[in-house]
Amino acid sequence: MARVVVDVMLKPEILDPQGRAVQGALGRIGLTGVVDVRQGKQFVIDIDGEIDDDVLAQLHEIAANLLCNPVIENYEMSVDVTGGATPAGEHQGTFVGASSDAVAHANEGQQ
Amino acid sequence: MSARIGVVTFPGTLDDQDAARAVQLAGAEPVALWHGDHDLQAVDAVILPGGFSYGDYLRCGAISARSPIMTEVITAAGHGVPVLGICNGFQILCEAHLLPGALTRNESLHFVCRDQTLRIENNRTAWTNAFESDQLITVPLKNGEGNYVADEATLDQLENEGRVVFRYVDVNPNGSRRDIAGICNASGNVVGLMPHPEHAVEELTGPSTDGLKLIASAIAALAGGGVLA
Repeated sequence: MARVVVDVMLKPEILDPQGRAVQGALGRIGLTGVVDVRQGKQFVIDIDGEIDDDVLAQLHEIAANLLCNPVIENYEMSVDVTGGATPAGEHQGTFVGASSDAVAHANEGQQ
Repeated sequence: MSARIGVVTFPGTLDDQDAARAVQLAGAEPVALWHGDHDLQAVDAVILPGGFSYGDYLRCGAISARSPIMTEVITAAGHGVPVLGICNGFQILCEAHLLPGALTRNESLHFVCRDQTLRIENNRTAWTNAFESDQLITVPLKNGEGNYVADEATLDQLENEGRVVFRYVDVNPNGSRRDIAGICNASGNVVGLMPHPEHAVEELTGPSTDGLKLIASAIAALAGGGVLA
């Protein structure tokens, strides 16, 4: 079992109105010093079996042409062949928790 | 015999009935086409109507662009069959690489619904030959992701080759580069636009009947034995 994580982000030159709206909200809830927010997508793909070069090439093809639109987006792919869910899950949990805490803290500051 | 114009229905398509009605009012025969079929039923032209196919999941039009019927549409377009993409249909044409560029979230982040004035900048395409050059038309526009983007080289190429077919006048409703409302491919048989000509076909319900002329153009192009350069 392997876990493939594909992060898709708008290219830097493409306006990201959603990120801009989030940036505005961060200011309103009291988080100062935010200079930019970009919003992207993450795809988590679990695959049974080996990730050999052929599969990897296929994955890059899919990432480049289906998961992202190369006209407006870039992607980054990471492959975890050690057995999947735990490491990527831990990373994700830590990241989300940290963000949520920061927002909660900012909310407390507002009150 | 009247021209047979196919209207494709994808899961989540909204405007297929209006498009079929527009085809009928313009004097052609509408033919219902299904996204899951590898069969264009030998139609003379194809319309990809508006809506929210696949709920706009992944990206607007991205999943529909990989549907079985689109394999056939891409082949037919290569043979010169007139193809018109309206709104979500335009997004599908871009995702299918039949047209360059992409449609992204409106700059304002708002869903925009208004009667929109457009200038016909190219009246030599399969879908605009019944208009005067630089004619102004008014048709409804309704979208949340109609912001046309492409790199500068592509935009310059579109301008230099006369492939900007429709341009927004007075108001740019979504932040589209260079006020672009619609474009065509190099041979002019594939046209995509964000506004909705199929909603402007009857005085009772539309701001004009300008939309009928897109269908009339296709009928004329087909009668003329093919696509105009």
